[in-house]
Amino acid sequence: MNNQSPLMSVKDLTTRFHTEDGTVFAVNGISYDLFEGETIAVVGESGCGKSVHALSIMRLIPTPPGEIVRGEVTFQGRDLLKLPRDAMRHVRGTEIAMIFQDPMTSLNPVFTIGYQIAEPLREHLNMSKKAAEERVVELLDMVGISDAAERVKSYPHEFSGGMRQRAMIAMALSCMPKLLIADEPTTALDVTIQAQIVELVKRLRAELNMSIIWITHDLGIVAGLAERILVMYAGYIVETAPVKELYANPSHPYTLGLLRSLPRVDKGRAAGRRLIPIAGLPPDQIDPTNACPFAPRCQFAVERCLSENPSLKSIGPRHQIACWVNVHEAAPEVVR
Amino acid sequence: MSDNQTIMEVNNLKMYFPITRGVFKRTVGWTQAVDDVSFRIKKGETLGLVGESGCGKTTLGRAILQLHKPTAGTVKFEGEELTTLPRRDLRERTSRMQIIFQDPFSSLNPRMTVGAIVREPLVIHGVANGEERRRVVEELLERVGLNAQFANRFPHEFSGGQRQRIGIARALALNPTFIVADEPITSLDVSIQAQIVNLMEDLQDELGLTYLFITHDLSMVRHICDRVAVMYLGKIVELSGVEALYNNAMHPYTQSLLSAIPVPDPVVEETRQRIILEGDVPSPANPPAGCNFCTRCPKVMERCFHAEPELKELAPDHSVACFVAEESWQKASMQKEV
Repeated sequence: MNNQSPLMSVKDLTTRFHTEDGTVFAVNGISYDLFEGETIAVVGESGCGKSVHALSIMRLIPTPPGEIVRGEVTFQGRDLLKLPRDAMRHVRGTEIAMIFQDPMTSLNPVFTIGYQIAEPLREHLNMSKKAAEERVVELLDMVGISDAAERVKSYPHEFSGGMRQRAMIAMALSCMPKLLIADEPTTALDVTIQAQIVELVKRLRAELNMSIIWITHDLGIVAGLAERILVMYAGYIVETAPVKELYANPSHPYTLGLLRSLPRVDKGRAAGRRLIPIAGLPPDQIDPTNACPFAPRCQFAVERCLSENPSLKSIGPRHQIACWVNVHEAAPEVVR
Repeated sequence: MSDNQTIMEVNNLKMYFPITRGVFKRTVGWTQAVDDVSFRIKKGETLGLVGESGCGKTTLGRAILQLHKPTAGTVKFEGEELTTLPRRDLRERTSRMQIIFQDPFSSLNPRMTVGAIVREPLVIHGVANGEERRRVVEELLERVGLNAQFANRFPHEFSGGQRQRIGIARALALNPTFIVADEPITSLDVSIQAQIVNLMEDLQDELGLTYLFITHDLSMVRHICDRVAVMYLGKIVELSGVEALYNNAMHPYTQSLLSAIPVPDPVVEETRQRIILEGDVPSPANPPAGCNFCTRCPKVMERCFHAEPELKELAPDHSVACFVAEESWQKASMQKEV
């Protein structure tokens, strides 16, 4: 996987929103590579720019108020940000597909499930009505909806949340995309249903050899799913590492803070152990500063953090952080 | 067995909602949101109430507080029966029991200042007045980690975590002994969740509060709760001390629920065995015959389709409503005797 050229390469992607209150610096020059068959997770809290980054790749940012200021998204040799609208429309759906958090609002309530899944097939692959219908049944079967031939006639309200998300996945995968962007696909679901969907995605990933960008705020769910993690804060990638390295050796104070503030279901509560929250609140990202965006909440912040925003630097094999401080030296007792 | 240690005793509580149809709103059926639930909460403890959406956990919390009039059953709070109390007396009693809501955005009136929101319970119950009342509000805000100057601001000026603090300050205004926390951290960001949980724990230590902590987040339950009740489709299926539940879950539903929760550690995740449940939760308007879980249970037996298991105490302070668990427990205890 290492020597081949990446499936998608994001360079200096910068997206802003011009609002009445000022310009929101949502995504601030992020760069990364995604390889074929690889699953990466983009982790961060609400407002960190993780979803905006995905919508920017798909060119789904409403303009105005949004604007992709600069950057390149090279997908199989083409810069998506420079593609004509029609060509981009074809990329969405056939080559890159996206599933969203809320399966309730991403399906149209007045059309049957079967019709909605058939739409991209007929539109992008020019399938006949009959062929598309047959394919829809296969797809619903593939995502584990029992009695698929009957279920194509159902309307979204007749499906439960988990089934709707399965239908969304069927729709996303209908044209066999190379890349699936999943934006918090399980957040609205119960844990037992969430586990079903994760298993389903793992199975399909292997069957179809897709790459996946899994966007989430939940460091738990991606631990068993992703190969590499990107941690975002205030529109910047602050840490990226292979999954095991990140959890074993978190090196950005924000990542460390996130992991320490999580209770764990597999560990009992040792006497007196308290959760260690991250103090303060995320920034509103309206006024760009030269400082590190995490500095006001960071317990390790030094003078330099307030005047200079660090860029990503390597600290190990494929492990990068954007931080001036070496937390392992500064506070070994915190890092454990 | 109501003693001084018990603050809340719920017996055979049922909360059914009518399903109506047609112009005359004929009742055509009942949604059995809470169906024959009994449990007890000890003074000063935190009881976790967990289950998936639609299992009736929120309805149960509200029925206990008499925010819904229960269909049947009894709720005894500090030794006093609440379900038969006249309205006026009820208001006085319920000042001792409060609720913190899930959504800090819709549970605060946007047209009231923070001060007015926190003051409202004091006004309604005629506690303190004038200068004294203002001082109480300031104290409350500071107690939950907010600046007393915030009293003149409006809710929209605050973040989710801060709003939840305002909601907590309001709940504390009348010095309650018992608080129902209905998913208090679900809508907050991860780094903020820990702040609110720590605040709730501090308040419990300082004020000796008893919590009913309603959530679907089993990791947080293990952290904050002393005992846990697991609900499925309107019934409590397992009730036990927190460590016993996590180390030795007996009900197949609890087992699969626990196995479904991801652990933030890839090394652990690699070796974990998931019990993936098939299908969805049945509708509470039409629960299956026999055990409510029989349609999804990986260990289901013939008997489960016909008879309904009762909640039985199989080990000290560990009750389970399951025939399979009962049988394996009987086998284990027989082997012990041999």
